[in-house]
This record gives sequence, C-alpha cells and structure tokens, in this order.
Amino acid sequence: MAGSKAAAHGHDDHGHDDHHDHTPGFFVRWFCSTNHKDIGTLYLIFSVLAGLIGGAFSVMMRMELQEPGLQFVSDGQQWNVWITAHGLIMVFFVVMPALIGGFGNWFLPLMIGAPDMAFPRLNNISFWLLVPAFLLLLASAFIGSGAGTGWTVYPPLSDKIGHDGMSVDMAIFALHLAGASSILGAANFITTIFNMRAPGMTLHKMPLFVWAMLVTAFLLVLAVPVLGGAITMLLTDRNFGTNFFRPEGGGDPILFQHLFWFFGHPEVYIMILPAFGIISHIVSTFSKKPIFGYLGMAYAMVAIGFVGFVVWAHHMYTVGMSVNTRAYFTIATLIIAVPTGIKIFSWIATMWGGSISFKTPMLWAMGFIFLFTLGGVTGVVLANAGMDIALHDTYYVVAHFHYVLSLGAVFAIFAGWYYWIGKMSGRQYPEWAGKIHFYTTFIGVNMLFFPQHFLGLQGMPRRIPDYTDAMAGWNMISSYGAYISFGSTLFFVCVAIYTLVAGKKVPANYWGEGADTLEWHVSSPPPFHQFDIQPVVK
Amino acid sequence: MADTPVYDLKGGRPHPFHLVKPSVWPLVGAFAAGLLALGAVLYMHKVEFSGWSVGLKGVVLGFAAVLAVMWYWWRDVVKEAVVEKAHSDETKIGFRYGMALFITSEVMFFVAFFWAFFWGALMPTEALGFQWPPSFVEPIPAFDLPFMMTMILLLSGCTVTWAHHAIIEGHQEEAAKALAITVGLGVLFTGFQAYEYVHASFPFKESVYSAAFYMATGFHGFHVLVGTIFLAVCYFRCKKGHFTPKSHFGFEAAAWYWHFVDVVWLFLFVAIYWWGNA
Repeated sequence: MAGSKAAAHGHDDHGHDDHHDHTPGFFVRWFCSTNHKDIGTLYLIFSVLAGLIGGAFSVMMRMELQEPGLQFVSDGQQWNVWITAHGLIMVFFVVMPALIGGFGNWFLPLMIGAPDMAFPRLNNISFWLLVPAFLLLLASAFIGSGAGTGWTVYPPLSDKIGHDGMSVDMAIFALHLAGASSILGAANFITTIFNMRAPGMTLHKMPLFVWAMLVTAFLLVLAVPVLGGAITMLLTDRNFGTNFFRPEGGGDPILFQHLFWFFGHPEVYIMILPAFGIISHIVSTFSKKPIFGYLGMAYAMVAIGFVGFVVWAHHMYTVGMSVNTRAYFTIATLIIAVPTGIKIFSWIATMWGGSISFKTPMLWAMGFIFLFTLGGVTGVVLANAGMDIALHDTYYVVAHFHYVLSLGAVFAIFAGWYYWIGKMSGRQYPEWAGKIHFYTTFIGVNMLFFPQHFLGLQGMPRRIPDYTDAMAGWNMISSYGAYISFGSTLFFVCVAIYTLVAGKKVPANYWGEGADTLEWHVSSPPPFHQFDIQPVVK
Repeated sequence: MADTPVYDLKGGRPHPFHLVKPSVWPLVGAFAAGLLALGAVLYMHKVEFSGWSVGLKGVVLGFAAVLAVMWYWWRDVVKEAVVEKAHSDETKIGFRYGMALFITSEVMFFVAFFWAFFWGALMPTEALGFQWPPSFVEPIPAFDLPFMMTMILLLSGCTVTWAHHAIIEGHQEEAAKALAITVGLGVLFTGFQAYEYVHASFPFKESVYSAAFYMATGFHGFHVLVGTIFLAVCYFRCKKGHFTPKSHFGFEAAAWYWHFVDVVWLFLFVAIYWWGNA
C-alpha cells in the first residue's frame, strides 16, 4: 500500500503512474491482466466487434426479407443458421459482455470504493473464455450446413435427426464456455459487492447500478448452470446415445424446453437489469435530482429477479400444458409488470420537476424508457396464454423482444457508453455526433421493429425466410429501418474512434452536480489502481 | 435516495484486500478449455485430416493443459497464502463467498439432472411400459451396495470434521491422519461406484431411466473424484504445515465441497435408488 494517496484524489495526467504499481507492458497489461478497468475495456472492445458481426447477420436477414421470395438464402436451413448466429451472438457475446463484463467491471468496484474485483485472475479468465467460445460459435455457422436451431436449441431439431454435423456440438461447447465465463464472473461480482464495499457503504447506500449487478449476478449463478445441464444432456443425446429428449427411449423434448426456459427467462432479466441500473444513474444525473424512490427502485429489481424464476413456461404456451398451468404462468408473468412499473414511474418521477439537460446519454436514457415501456406493454399482451396461442412464433414476438432488447438493453449500452466514455478514456465525445447517432438510431430501429407488430398480427411467422405478397410493404419499410440502424452503428464506431484519438480531455466530474457516485470522485481516466486509501461513506 | 451518501475520500485507511499480480494462467486456461472443447467435437465426429485423426489428441492435450493451468494457478495461490502471507482476514472472507457461490452453481447444475429424472419418473411414457423403473429394467436394490456407499460417504463426512477439529486444536499429525482416512473413504466410494456400473444390468443407451441414472450418478462420481483430489492436496499441505489453527481456508473449502458432494449423494440415494426403484 505504501501509504499512497495518489489514487484517492483525481490527478490530471493519464493516471499511468500510480505509486506502487506501474502500468505493465503491452502483453502483460492486455493478456495477463488482473485489473478490473483493463478487463472491462477488453470486454467492451470484444462486445463492439461481436456486435458488428451480429449486426451484419441482421442486415443480411433484412436484405433477404426486403422482398417476398428467396433472394439470398438457398433454403430454410441457411436462413435458420443466420438467425441462430444473430441471436446467440447478440445475447452471449454483445449484450452480456458489454453490460456485465464491460460496465460492470469498470464501475462496480469504483462505485463501492473498492480497489479492484475480489478475484482478479478469475475476472481475466471470464473474459478470455469468451474468445474461444465466440470462435467456436462463429465457426459453427460456416461448417457443414451450420447450426440452424434458433438460439433456443430445441430438440429434436437440434438432435442428430435434425442436425447430424458438427455445428450444433460446436455451438453447445461455445455455450458451455460462455456459461462458465458468466458463472465465474457472477461469483466474482457478488463477492466483490458483499465483501469489498468501502466503510460506511451499507447495502442501502449502494448505487443502483451496483444493486442491479448484484441481482443480475445472482440470476446468473442460479440460472446458467441449469442451461449447462440441459445442453450437456443434449450433447449426450446427440453423441453418446442417451434418451433424455427422445420419446423412443421414454424421454421428452418438452423437458428440454422447460430446462432451457428455466434458464432463458432469467437470462432476459440478466440482460435488462444492468440496463436499469445505468438508466437510473443517467436519469438522476441529467435531472440534477437524486433518484426518486431509491429503496423501491432497488427492491423492484430484487422482486423482478425473484419472480423472474417462476414464469418460464410462458414461452411454451403452445406445447400442450394444462389450462391451470397456463393460468398460473399468465398470472405470475403479469405480476412482473408491477415492479417494472415501479421502475418506469420512478424514472419519470425523478425527471419530474428536475432541471433536465438533454445531453446524449439522457437522450438514450429517455429513448430507453419510452421504447422499453412499449416492449413491456406488448409483453403484457403476450403474457396472456389465450392471446399467445395466436401470436406465438409470429413477428409480434420478434417485435416485442427487440423492443426490450435492441431498443432497451442496447440503448442502455449506448447510454452508458456516452455517459462514461469520458471517465473511461479521459476524452469526451463530440456532443453533435452523439446526438446524430441517437436520432438516426432512434428512427432506424423504430422503422425496423414497429412494422413487425403489424406483420405479426397479420400472421407472419418467425424463422421463415419468405412471406406472402400482402406483407411486402411493411417488410420493405422494416428493411430500410435496418439499413439506417446499421449505418448509424457504423457512424458510432467512427465517433468512438474519433473520441479515443482526438476527443477533448475532461476533468474528474464532467457532468457536474448531478453526478455524485464515487466514480466521479476519481480522475478521468482513473489511476491504474484506485482507492489505495479506502473512501469513507457517511 | 432517502439519505444521499456523502463520500469522504481522504479520511479512510489503506484497503485490506489482496491485489494479485498479472498472471498468464487465465489466458492459457481459457484457450486450453477451448482446445478441449474443439478436440471433443472433432473426436465425437471422428474427424481426420489426411488420415490423421485429431480429436482424441486434442482432448488429451486440452485436458492436460487445463490440468497444468490448475496446478500452476493454484500453486501461485498457495504461495501467496503461505510464503507472501498476502491473504488478510478480509481477503479470506472473500474466498468464503466465492467458494459458497461456486458450490451454489454446482447445486443448480445437479438440479437440471434431477429435473430430468423426475420428469421421466413421474410421467413414465409408453416407451417405458408406463412404469418407473421401466418394465424392462432390473433396478439396483437401494439397501444393498448403494446403502453401503451412503454409509461410506457419511463416515467420510465425520472423518473430515475430525480433521477440522484437529487443525483447530493444532494437531497437524492427527489432522493428516484423518484426512488420509477421508481420502481413502473417497477412493473406496469411487471404487464401489465403478463396481456398480460394471455389474448393472441396464446399459447406458437403453432409456431415459438409464440416461438419468448414469448421468446423475456419473456427474456425482466425477465430483467425488474432484473432492478426493482436493482433500488429497489438503493432506499434503497439512503435512507441510500449511494449516494453522487460525488460518486454514484451503482445508475448509475442501471440506465444504466434500459436504456438498455428500448431500448430493443423499438426494441421489433417496430419489433415484430408493424412491425411484420402489
């Protein structure tokens, strides 16, 4: 510790020369890292690269769907390979690494006044496991006829009878590796939160992003291993002759759906809870008010996490469950709207009467609140088993989950990026560029996904590369929206590179009085190791 | 916020946590695991490159690399604990959380296999003759060898507690003896499990009954093996005097893990061997 005080207060240089621990050389710094900020940066870079690849798949999909008939894909299998790659990449290699690995790693220790994560080496293997996982998954799309199972990997399509090549096995192992990464990371976050808070920072004084990460990490620890078990059984069904999901041996494909969604539903909250945390900070900062109903906001996330474990079968209304079972899952699902409503209304109440400045992060945050609510409302529609019988596997569902994920989680990623890039890099983005990025994305994604509600109500099915001529109009508009969105994302990459190379240098707290959590009390960028002297919270 | 926190950045004291130095093992470990996975895929599909089959070689190499990383990584941890004395009391609390959470995730992994078991057992289909155990299965009697194995594991739970008390009271030699007995009981259990597999009348590939039976007990057996190795490491560390009455978390982690393995077995015994075969 050497009695260093340098870390605690912001110094204006690059923070490379902390007293007791010099920044290591290139290989050691980026490949052998035990530093939460450097590992967070690796996660963010990884997420952007994976996002461009996953986004490219979606552009290919919208090019195919721009007109009726088959333009680019040769058959449904190839189409299914695209949608599978798109889905798995976006969930496991874009949203989770950005929100949890990226922002979680960067800001969770800073916000609780900790010098680093609890297990720094474990932190690094959590990141690096993603690399072979991503390579395996990407390769699976290009080997043989690819993995055309959808991200849900349901048997019998994912069994030998549907996919007898190597691709599905590669995808399964990719999920094993990514899952191990998530579980280790989650244990690390929980330990860090419980054990390394600065003196005086009680749980009820923790910033909401930290609360969000805490709930997220618990969901990961409890849900991901069940997916691990499920895909392990799928692997042995495929390769070693077990009969878990094969009716001829007394097994049942529906069992896989239960196991998958016992993981899969908490997984969607895993992707959105960190976003909730980020949005709370941004809304508070740019309204220059403390968040409305802090405790309610924290426990709403706990409630969402808890109830999120007992609603999974609302993804399976059409498999033939009893009426009572469907009634239960409908009611349980609708209950989630209550804590979610608490969050939405508390964000609005935070803005109410505030001195609001419409900086880029705030635009993204308000976009998030509006569009996530829209996705939530269609979620309430779909929660009803009776409605879902009609809308199951239509574009209405596709529109719903893209409103909560692409226009929810991804908006929060961009919000967080604009909010914190000055803190992370020491350089600020140009405000006009951030606004152009926001407005073009906002227009693009709404053009892309809003018409899909109509297409779904007309009965256009998911996971089919063709449709009837009557649906051509909205599909055309949707595709144009996709091109605008992707163009906007490329623009973002330019903004990001410009910011890192030539952005204006910023002081420790460049947002002013509204930003008061601990990360704003250290320099921008923070020193290599912060808080050698623990801050005290009163 | 009800009461907005106020931060004092200068009034505190040096943090008590252990910041580890950069390490190459996570990087190597991740790619070792990747090689293991790739090797397994190539092995399962019998892939050959110009007549040279690579799968099994990849699996062996990948697995060896994973083991090597475990060895060197945990050797570093032991060195930090014993030589550098880097683990403050606060750091050790962190280890406890970490181990408890790891075991929690392991429990959830077993939940998946229990779910599969009960799915088949509670709703046996036509393929099983509408009964559980299926009409064509001759089940292993619960109060035969499996009950003996239950007793062995419970006894090993006692001996590991004996070792714990010996460490707390500073009797290194006695602790090592108790650990040796625990390891022996673990090996005995694994031996009986193997014996059971060899003599079971139903094959692995037959039905969901055999799939759930072999996969659930098999993964449990694997965890017994891991726990046994963990305890064996503790035996050697005990012999070297690494454990003091106040500081012996490496041992405690192994004991927790061992109890977890024990409890999973109790559920396996009650559900699969006893209730499931009745």
